[in-house]
Amino acid sequence: MTVLNRRTLIKIGGAAAALPLLGGAAFAQEKLKVAFVLIGTPDDNGWNFGHDTGRKYMLDKIGADKVETTVVTNVAEGPDSERVFRELAQQGHKLIYATSFGFGDYVHKVAKQFPDVKFEWATGNATAANVSTYNAKFHEGRAVVGTIAGMMTKTNTIAYIGSFPIPEVRMGINAYAIAARKVNPEVKIKVVYVDSWFDPAKEADAARALIDQGVDVITQHTDGPAALQVAEERGIVGGFGQGADMSAFAPKAHLTAIIDNWGPHYVKSVQSVLDGTWAEGSVWDGISSGEVEIGKYNEKIPADVVAAAEKVKNDISAGTLHPFAGPIKDNAGTERVAAGDIIDDGEFWAVDWYAEGVEA
Amino acid sequence: MTLDLVIAIIITLVGASTPILLAALGELVVEKSGVLNLGVEGMMLIGAVITVAVVLVTGNHWLAIACAALAAAAAALIFGFLTLSLSANQVATGLALTILGTGFSALFGQPYTGKAVPLLRSPFPPELAADPVWRVIFGYSPLVYFSLIMVFVIWWFLKKTRAGLILRAVGENDLSAHSIGYPVIGVRYLAVAFGGAMAGIAGSCFPLILTPQWVERLTTGRGWIALALVVFAAWRPFRLLGGAYLFGLVMTLEVYAKAAGGGFRVLPSELWAALPYLATILVLVLISMRRGGSSSAPACLGKPFLPTS
Repeated sequence: MTVLNRRTLIKIGGAAAALPLLGGAAFAQEKLKVAFVLIGTPDDNGWNFGHDTGRKYMLDKIGADKVETTVVTNVAEGPDSERVFRELAQQGHKLIYATSFGFGDYVHKVAKQFPDVKFEWATGNATAANVSTYNAKFHEGRAVVGTIAGMMTKTNTIAYIGSFPIPEVRMGINAYAIAARKVNPEVKIKVVYVDSWFDPAKEADAARALIDQGVDVITQHTDGPAALQVAEERGIVGGFGQGADMSAFAPKAHLTAIIDNWGPHYVKSVQSVLDGTWAEGSVWDGISSGEVEIGKYNEKIPADVVAAAEKVKNDISAGTLHPFAGPIKDNAGTERVAAGDIIDDGEFWAVDWYAEGVEA
Repeated sequence: MTLDLVIAIIITLVGASTPILLAALGELVVEKSGVLNLGVEGMMLIGAVITVAVVLVTGNHWLAIACAALAAAAAALIFGFLTLSLSANQVATGLALTILGTGFSALFGQPYTGKAVPLLRSPFPPELAADPVWRVIFGYSPLVYFSLIMVFVIWWFLKKTRAGLILRAVGENDLSAHSIGYPVIGVRYLAVAFGGAMAGIAGSCFPLILTPQWVERLTTGRGWIALALVVFAAWRPFRLLGGAYLFGLVMTLEVYAKAAGGGFRVLPSELWAALPYLATILVLVLISMRRGGSSSAPACLGKPFLPTS
């Protein structure tokens, strides 16, 4: 593996441009070159960590003799990313993962110029002949932790620290609230948006504000362990890791974690390029295919709670339980989803209401 | 709203205000000497990462704070060398210092990400802070008490001491100060180093009070608020204290009001987040109206000192 920043990439790009002159045919067994473009660094314990862990898993499964990877870190979501994608394509990468939503426009632009290079855009919403999208159903994990929160809370007040009121976050809140109220109809869900994906000091203050107002279980939809650390310090029932296991930060408060596991998808998609079967598509998997995992349970969680959480997880995996199965009322009391109905994957992105019990 | 909740809000707001207050106090002294250092954010990040590294390696909070102050002061001296000795543009060099601090802290901090740091707790016996009312007085980290003492010390230094008078003279009229024999560049070097040390200690507040960990860009723009606050306070230490706590109050009320939900939530989320900045603009407008448009900024602020020209 080579870790590159944008500057060394330019230098290597210059050297690599001369390489094809030496004759590519000389290498009988040429390795597939795969690139990962990250918005941050792999040691963020969250989003980027998840993608890099997936890359390592893929390398391990496919084998370093068949594939080699390049990681470009700290690429801003903006016009400059276009240059990064173009250089990677020019250097002979045949499969390029753009792991953030804001890369989309530039991926599509460069993809048109390199029709034989495959691009995959994480959390994207538009495909092309050589651009696929992939995403994970994190809200399935929210249903599992919501079950734990509903059963563990003593104050019947649980919380969700959100980044921005976008559909993905709103549906995370709804999945959490619906699952919690299924096991505890008394429970209230307080929501605080911190208006950032990353502001540890503000996330921590949000957690303090929530705990001071009676909350005893917190989950967060931002990229760090700040809220969990406050939960640990204040000695409340607990919270959940987001993206990765965060128990190192809060051994007592860390109840379990929703873990992003991109590995299985990376294995599948790299293998399909090796086999020549890669095709345009849109992947949105969850617990059943292993993209969303639940971490290990804190030993303080009673056995019946673990059993209930495991049942929710297994039922979602088996397809017998849908996180958004009706009847669902919104927080003003209006029925939004009738009994026997569900919110399907298409309707998901258009939901603009909060489920019953949510105070947002 | 119960008394307990009011106390909780006060304790959170004091924590949120302290790093801003410390950094702004340092910058106030720098600007009083006639130098504008826009690198506060970068120096805070250097302070924060050094704090985490030293605490994780030695376990000693005090040593960590001292090292943070020294490291940030050293970074400030790079700025000082470029702007004071080489007369480089202060705005550009200050911005470069922020970029340097951001990059250095990210690189240096890599081995320390993903590790929890022990908090620096109240120096008073826990029994004193057990009662909620007493907690408002005794429940804070030592850095909070330090910041309050520094407000008084800096006010006293600028207002009551001969050295403070010289520093102000250098900032108001460097050529006059030079002509009666005061070392303008030397005074400014000392002020810049002091400002760096204070920004470094402000950086220490993040892992030691607010969120006990290291991640890249941990301070997320608080250094820029500190810079605005110096102008907001019209270069006066006690007004700076009020301003920092007002900012802290607005930031804290935001999360408490959102957490309260329901009728409490009268403003949209984005407007809450914009409030500290709107308050700054409002106060600046009010100040400049009252003074008939004239500013209370040190007269030589941001100008290079070139005695021979």
